[in-house]
Amino acid sequence: MISNLINRKIFTLLKVQYSNMLEYRVEIALWAISGIIPFFMLNIWTNNDLNESINISDVMLSRYFLCAFFVRQFSVVWVVFSFEEDSLMGKVSPYLIQPLNPFFRYFAQHLAEQITRFPFALIIAFFFFIFNPESLWIPNLGILLLSMLSTFLSFMIQFLIQSIVACLCFWTEKASSIERLLFIPTLFLSGLLAPVVSFPAYVKSWIYWTPFPYLIDFPANLLSGNESNISGGLSMQILWIFLLFPLFKKIWSEGTKKYTAMGS
Amino acid sequence: MNLRKYLKVYKKFLHTSLASELEYKTNILVDLITAILSLVGSIFLLSIFFQNNGYIGGWKFEQALIIQAIYTILNGITNTWFNPNLTEIVKHIREGTLDFVILKPIDSQFFISLKKINPSGFLEIMLGFFLLLFCIKINQINLSLSFLSLSLITISCSICILYSLWFFISTTTIWFVKTWNAIEVLRSFLYIGRFPLNSFSLSLRVFFSIFIPIAFITTIPSEVFLGLSQLWEILLEVIVASVFFITSRKFWLFALKFYSSASS
Repeated sequence: MISNLINRKIFTLLKVQYSNMLEYRVEIALWAISGIIPFFMLNIWTNNDLNESINISDVMLSRYFLCAFFVRQFSVVWVVFSFEEDSLMGKVSPYLIQPLNPFFRYFAQHLAEQITRFPFALIIAFFFFIFNPESLWIPNLGILLLSMLSTFLSFMIQFLIQSIVACLCFWTEKASSIERLLFIPTLFLSGLLAPVVSFPAYVKSWIYWTPFPYLIDFPANLLSGNESNISGGLSMQILWIFLLFPLFKKIWSEGTKKYTAMGS
Repeated sequence: MNLRKYLKVYKKFLHTSLASELEYKTNILVDLITAILSLVGSIFLLSIFFQNNGYIGGWKFEQALIIQAIYTILNGITNTWFNPNLTEIVKHIREGTLDFVILKPIDSQFFISLKKINPSGFLEIMLGFFLLLFCIKINQINLSLSFLSLSLITISCSICILYSLWFFISTTTIWFVKTWNAIEVLRSFLYIGRFPLNSFSLSLRVFFSIFIPIAFITTIPSEVFLGLSQLWEILLEVIVASVFFITSRKFWLFALKFYSSASS
């Protein structure tokens, strides 16, 4: 009964958010284009033969960066910015009265955006294969499903981290600057700009204990067929979710007690 | 044009926006840490590229650092002036308050592109200057008057091009209202300004010199620092900068004809 109710709520939220997102097709297309940095990086790598030193062939590297692009497309999170705006405008107050955690709303918003974004990402991939026909490949179904799962887990980790940061809005007014700070290690250590294999040894020794390589490097390696430790990676992702979720619940309950609507 | 009047008005702009921004002091600290981490991250990425290669696109590591320094300075300038003002332009157009700007007995482009200032960008500019001084030392560059004036000219041209690109996109707000994502696309393209142009493949090099002149923004000033630049390159940059600046001005005046205020 209860699960039925939750299902219905989530389904309705998704439907509403999806139709909402469809209105902003152009923006989402532009947003998809803004994610093409991995391709520029690929260009530097292959154009200077940098990949020889890390024993990855041109083809495998181009697949890696294409997958990194895809994983990034489906794990972009902006909940801090939405929540900050809503809390500054006082929109959080009505949400708090509803018998549903407002973060479900944001969660549905992100999922709906990903569905809208999917065709644009496919178009960009299509152009990529026109320019690099030799790197075309078809991953087998098992790998495809596993990498979809790990991309979703990566999205969950980032969503939880950002939700925790977003809850800081209850204490300070500008939580988004903290998010911009956290984005820097995500950008450089997640494998979006360079595969983690290529990192120097002094970084590789500790990086696998942080969540960063599981955000992009692990799912991208999995999907592109590069070497990856499937069970290890997935369990680390799940472990991070289990660590972050109670933290989020704690900070949420503390924050809502602290909450005073704007202007009061 | 009354220069003294404009200077006086600009002083007031500085005063008001500094006063309002300095209210968020911790924010400025967080932004400083972000800028430092971002620089460390890009140097880290650069060091990965140079791990097993002495040269990237004909540039040594010490030389490529100059590009990072100039990029950091320009990024600081973007964060100090262009970014906060763009936010304002979007707000003006969405809420119809551009009416008040146009009615003022002052140039509207001057008003909307210099109204706001974000002091945390200053720290980034300083950071870039320190790195630049360090680079001058390790590359044993002799400072002479002609060198200083040339580097000043090229950097001001870069600022001009950068400003025009930003202002061009801001102007399109008059038609599209929401331009956040277009800015994201520009930002991701600007990202390649962190690397020497020669490290990209020919097609990308052509694209980034002709369509979006990012190549000019960082590579030519860096070449001036290293004494590698040809006179025609500098002349070309001056021409490109003036063409961009004049076009952005013309485009703004053209776009204003289509401005119809909000809800009318």
